[in-house]
Amino acid sequence: MSKARSAPLRTALIHLALIAYTVVALFPVFLTLVNSFKSRNAIFREPMALPTPSSFSLVGYETVLQQGDFIGYFQNSLIVTVASIALVLLFGAMAAFALSEYRFRGNTLLGLYLALGIMIPIRLGTVAILQGMVAAGLVNTLTSLILVYTAQGLPLAIFILSEFMRTVSDDLKNAGRIDGLSEYSIFFRLVLPLVRPAMATVAVFTMIPIWNDLWFPLILAPGESTKTVTLGAQMFIGQFVTNWNAVLSALSLAILPVMVLYVIFSRQLIRGITSGAVK
Amino acid sequence: MSDTEIADIEAAPIRRSTRWHIAVFLAPAFLVYTAVMILPLIETLRLSLFNMVEGQLAFVGLGNFKVLFSDPRLSADFWNALGNNVIFFIIHMLVQNPVGIAIAAMLSLPGLRFAAFYRSAIFVPTLLSFVIVGFIWKLILSPIWGIAPGLMDLVGLKSFFAPWLGKPDTALITVSLISVWQYVGIPMMLIYAALLNIPDEVLEAAECDGITGWSQFWKIKLPLILPSIGIVSVLTFVGNFNAFDLIYTVQGALAGPNGSTDILGTLLYRTFFGFQNQMGDRSMGATIAAVMFLIILAGVSLYLFVIQRRMRRYQF
Amino acid sequence: MTRILKGMLFATTVLAPAGLVHAADAQLTIESWRNDDLAIWQEKIIPAFEAKNPGIKVSFAPMAPTEYNSAVNAKLEAGTAGDLITCRPFDLSLAMFQKGQLAPLSDLPGMENFSDVAKSAWTTDDGKTSFCVPMASVIHGFIYNKKAFEEAGVKVPKTEDEFFAVLEKFKKDGNYIPLAMGTKDQWEAATMGYYNIGPNYWKGEEGRKALISGKEKLTDAQWVEPYKALAKWKPYLGDGFEAQTYPDSQNLFTLGRAAIYPAGSWEIAPFKAQADFEMGAFPPPVKKAGDTCYISDHNDIGLGLNAKGKNQEAAKKFLAWVASPEFAELYANSLPGFFSLNSKPVKMTDGLAQEFVSWRQNCKTTIRPSAAIVGRGQPNLDLEMWRVSANVINGTQTPEQAAAETQKGLDSWYKPAK
Repeated sequence: MSKARSAPLRTALIHLALIAYTVVALFPVFLTLVNSFKSRNAIFREPMALPTPSSFSLVGYETVLQQGDFIGYFQNSLIVTVASIALVLLFGAMAAFALSEYRFRGNTLLGLYLALGIMIPIRLGTVAILQGMVAAGLVNTLTSLILVYTAQGLPLAIFILSEFMRTVSDDLKNAGRIDGLSEYSIFFRLVLPLVRPAMATVAVFTMIPIWNDLWFPLILAPGESTKTVTLGAQMFIGQFVTNWNAVLSALSLAILPVMVLYVIFSRQLIRGITSGAVK
Repeated sequence: MSDTEIADIEAAPIRRSTRWHIAVFLAPAFLVYTAVMILPLIETLRLSLFNMVEGQLAFVGLGNFKVLFSDPRLSADFWNALGNNVIFFIIHMLVQNPVGIAIAAMLSLPGLRFAAFYRSAIFVPTLLSFVIVGFIWKLILSPIWGIAPGLMDLVGLKSFFAPWLGKPDTALITVSLISVWQYVGIPMMLIYAALLNIPDEVLEAAECDGITGWSQFWKIKLPLILPSIGIVSVLTFVGNFNAFDLIYTVQGALAGPNGSTDILGTLLYRTFFGFQNQMGDRSMGATIAAVMFLIILAGVSLYLFVIQRRMRRYQF
Repeated sequence: MTRILKGMLFATTVLAPAGLVHAADAQLTIESWRNDDLAIWQEKIIPAFEAKNPGIKVSFAPMAPTEYNSAVNAKLEAGTAGDLITCRPFDLSLAMFQKGQLAPLSDLPGMENFSDVAKSAWTTDDGKTSFCVPMASVIHGFIYNKKAFEEAGVKVPKTEDEFFAVLEKFKKDGNYIPLAMGTKDQWEAATMGYYNIGPNYWKGEEGRKALISGKEKLTDAQWVEPYKALAKWKPYLGDGFEAQTYPDSQNLFTLGRAAIYPAGSWEIAPFKAQADFEMGAFPPPVKKAGDTCYISDHNDIGLGLNAKGKNQEAAKKFLAWVASPEFAELYANSLPGFFSLNSKPVKMTDGLAQEFVSWRQNCKTTIRPSAAIVGRGQPNLDLEMWRVSANVINGTQTPEQAAAETQKGLDSWYKPAK
């Protein structure tokens, strides 16, 4: 790290700018959380006020938790999200490595082919996907969701990872080859650790649409035992569209888990950055 | 630090006769992606060449495309959506990406305190589902509950408040800015990762030459992160021309008022799946999807074959 | 990494079979967009059926109304839809029947309990085959805050002039927003606005049928006038009504901040649960005192049989029960505001619901004009009417322009049978 520069004014201005934007980013979330703990009248009369003893109310959470197996939904979401991310990262990094490392006929075309997926919403293929899952007997299983999300996440992962893999030093890889490492070892032992920050970034990007998806759980796995958190929360929103206590509580409950996952990946990201960089 | 042109010049690593490992590396991604994504999508896009003729699905060649561009109502809807989509994209390029880059540049300054906190906090909106974002912003901008008017009153600007989401002239800009708010985290993260990737030696060398602060950013860092800015731009382009969910949750499937927030994604969804009492039209929906696909493909190809090839990449 | 992966895959295979049901019972699933009614089905309706029909298990699987049509269609095409499909009225369900997704139900025991009018929403154009059991209709009108009316000293308006006089009085007093309605979601402008007050102008069924036969056009005076009346609502709506959503309007009214709510009868149950003041209701005001009044009494919801469902026999049993007077009474009283279409009169306990249904005695009833026959083409007349009604109230379009635009859209595909 280079020495901190002695420009207190500049540092103060930077903090000011960052704090200002942080407020903009967090204010709506704050509003949701705060109001989810207030009584209905207080939400409307003073939307900005913190809950006071007289306006504090947990009625929203009670309504939501009574109506469904939120723990079960959470488990489903977690399994689907983590498994999909793992597959996307593994398969995506492998393919990105092949595309960025080796020259072979059709490389660019294959790269373009694998990028097609970010250009058409996968939702359009719903009917064919559903028919395929019916044929494979996977309807109402979490596996069907994992397959769809893996396919959906791969194009972006490959696109971003191959860009980052191009920045890994050739000298390093060639040194590995001279030491007799197989191509697999070069990928898993040399390259993967170096692109960890990019992997964490991709993991976060992959996670968001999966966790928040409403459509495929609705179509492929709407059963009570396979319902995801977002689908569960959406049902409450439909059901209690005027019951803002319940809506705000359901939203707050849906925000929390995704934040936890993010914090986990975020740590990974920082650790990757600080330990991995090869000079 | 070695400075190499992209693969064109660089020789392939040690060649062997059959390089099975390439196939092994590519196979899993290729198979899952092809089976679960590409084949179903082809199945759908195929429909753009078919339509119901006398109750039977029949091959009509480019007939659907002709209808899309000649039917006065459909073509008006299409051009309206495309125009709105271009505005939507321009706002993202002018606001989201510069703001994202600026925040990343500030965060990556060495020795900045609370950087991790800022970074996480600013990324929070990106983590939220559209359901939440749509609901919260409708609540904040609602003239009824008075959060936005109340806040503006604090700074004496109350008279400037208007029901922005309900007015045809302001709705699109408002929705675009909500989307910017939500997605600023993505350019921020990508650029931040790229900035951290710049070795300290490079920056220290620059400092020895007396290049610091503002000029260091412009002269040293910016050129080094240009490839990442390229990725960010192309991702923004693809994301914007595929966007759908946010407008759908904030403005509904009709993308009102009076179609003023209708973009290609919402038009496609309405046409393909139908809405309320309107039946979905698979063929016309697939036709619109095909046109969208061609637009996005053109943009991405421009990036892959023209811009990316000219860009200099640096290996550390 | 790989160990976690294996664990995950293992977990999914273990969890998967949990979704299957014990094979011994016939398991029926109802697809529905009525997620508001989940508790009522689970606690009242389904137990009542299951108690009488051991061996049949029913589950009610609602989803958000906005996703319903597309999701159910995808499931029907792939063969994973539930056994029972909740039917939207008129052309949408008709198309599903024509595609062979819904089974014909004309012979179902219990169908004789419904009049032809009740069945009209789910019957082929030739009137021969019905394909959904009618469940309920909804009636349009206005719900008002009795306390607000007392405070302002106004009476329930009967004519259009009285109606606007009442609105003017509330506006002058300034204690209440005269009308709780917004145009943001668009559909309220048409459904609670145009379809609500319109039948008095186009004379209900008479006008609707004339439109279908081509004798009247949407640009005729009787179809433009309701737009003109709507345009006059603008000053009486709340500040920023352009961005006011449907739940905003509901909350404004139930929190006691607005005096009158242009309503559909489906609001009764949620309003009762949330408002702490007395409510009353009045039908859309007529033009002159003594005019015949017309109300929109719209067939809204039915239940059909998935033609490819696995448990046809059990599903038919359930449908026959839905057609019975027992179900009618249970449903109408659990969901006041959804009025039974059963010919056997149903006793209702809710006062507000009784008020709505009492209008049937003096007023002529009709359905929404865009629902049948003229609603099956592109552009969809119903959605067009949403859009232009919102435009008219926002003031971005004149009533004449609005009418001309909808007629032009209709002309582009609809040729009245001569």
